[in-house]
Amino acid sequence: MSEKEIKNLEEIFDAKIARDEKIEPKDWMPEKYRQTHIRQISQHAHSEIVGMLPEGNWITRAPSLKRKVALLAKIQDEAGHGLYLYSACETLGVSREELYEQLHSGKAKYSSIFNYPTLTWADMGAIGWLVDGAAIINQVPLCSTSYGPYARAMVRVCKEESFHQRQGFQIMMTLAEGTPEQKEMAQDALNRWWWPALMMLGPLDAESVHTEQSMKWKLKRKSNDDLRQQFIDQTVPQADMIGLTIPDPDLKWNEEKQSYDFGEMNWDEFWQVVKGHGPCNKERISARVNAWENGKWVRDAAVAYAEKQENKIVKQAI
Amino acid sequence: MKNWPLWEVFIRSKNGLEHRHCGSLHASDATMALENARDVYTRRNEGVSIWVVPSAQITASNPNDNAELFEPAKDKAYRHPTFYELPDELKHM
Repeated sequence: MSEKEIKNLEEIFDAKIARDEKIEPKDWMPEKYRQTHIRQISQHAHSEIVGMLPEGNWITRAPSLKRKVALLAKIQDEAGHGLYLYSACETLGVSREELYEQLHSGKAKYSSIFNYPTLTWADMGAIGWLVDGAAIINQVPLCSTSYGPYARAMVRVCKEESFHQRQGFQIMMTLAEGTPEQKEMAQDALNRWWWPALMMLGPLDAESVHTEQSMKWKLKRKSNDDLRQQFIDQTVPQADMIGLTIPDPDLKWNEEKQSYDFGEMNWDEFWQVVKGHGPCNKERISARVNAWENGKWVRDAAVAYAEKQENKIVKQAI
Repeated sequence: MKNWPLWEVFIRSKNGLEHRHCGSLHASDATMALENARDVYTRRNEGVSIWVVPSAQITASNPNDNAELFEPAKDKAYRHPTFYELPDELKHM
């Protein structure tokens, strides 16, 4: 194809997105659109899968059967979300094996928040309330993103995500109403998860490299700073309601702009964790690699069984 | 090792409605594809029936052919009831 022809196709493509038409897998798309989507959707899928690990840590120690079935259901949802997203990503022409390989080799990123440890039961509450809360804020606008399979996967994810946040908040609320030790445990979890949750919403707009292009493709509909402000404004009253304190001495209601002013985030820490030096980066990846490698015989056996069954059918037909 | 093939999943949400495509998954055979579809796509009573089809078995039209495939229908307004202007007094038609 000549450069002029590509430019023409690109114009038609951009106009389609501007009209809010969806792009479907077999439609022509610029290579950069394809690559950006593979990167973002797979990163999203990896985050769901790695996100199961910090919570898996507490399944056997959940304080009651009710909490245990809820936590199991939440983690199972995350596996499901990962699978919806991997499927959406594969429609762009990348294979599942390549995607796993990128995760296992460290080439692909996942949300940095999952590189923090889950030290107490209250962390299950804080993760549901804050991490899933921030994820919902990130994900709701993606339900109307331009790539059809991604948008459809996000609609399913968002429908299921709200249970996650509610079960998390209820854990926090129960602890906050409990003994002084339980309340302290809830406060400690909030102290540790607050800032990483804020940074989950991405670098400051001034430092974000992808925003402009992503806005055009509707991969992003609000800037990181706007999403963060929205998260803070909706979460602070929730903390007040259950008598917990947001660990930010600079947090203050701003009457004029009708939202909260807040303190500076520790971006050095954020980038350290992104680059692989967080408390649990190595542990998370090695858990995934082990699961994949130790599961190889199961995958092989399933293929061998399927082939055997098929051969039987062929023989019977003869 | 051979990779597990891709399957397309269709779910009937309740009797009386058609099966509808809801996504895809990998499985070594049809039985496993059904079991995985049940776990991945019907965790909240989304379905009463599941179809799984090997993705490789689907023949899809090419979007490049959309003009010749679908545009001819656009200028055939006479296929729609509103094309026929009839007196207002006419009832039940």
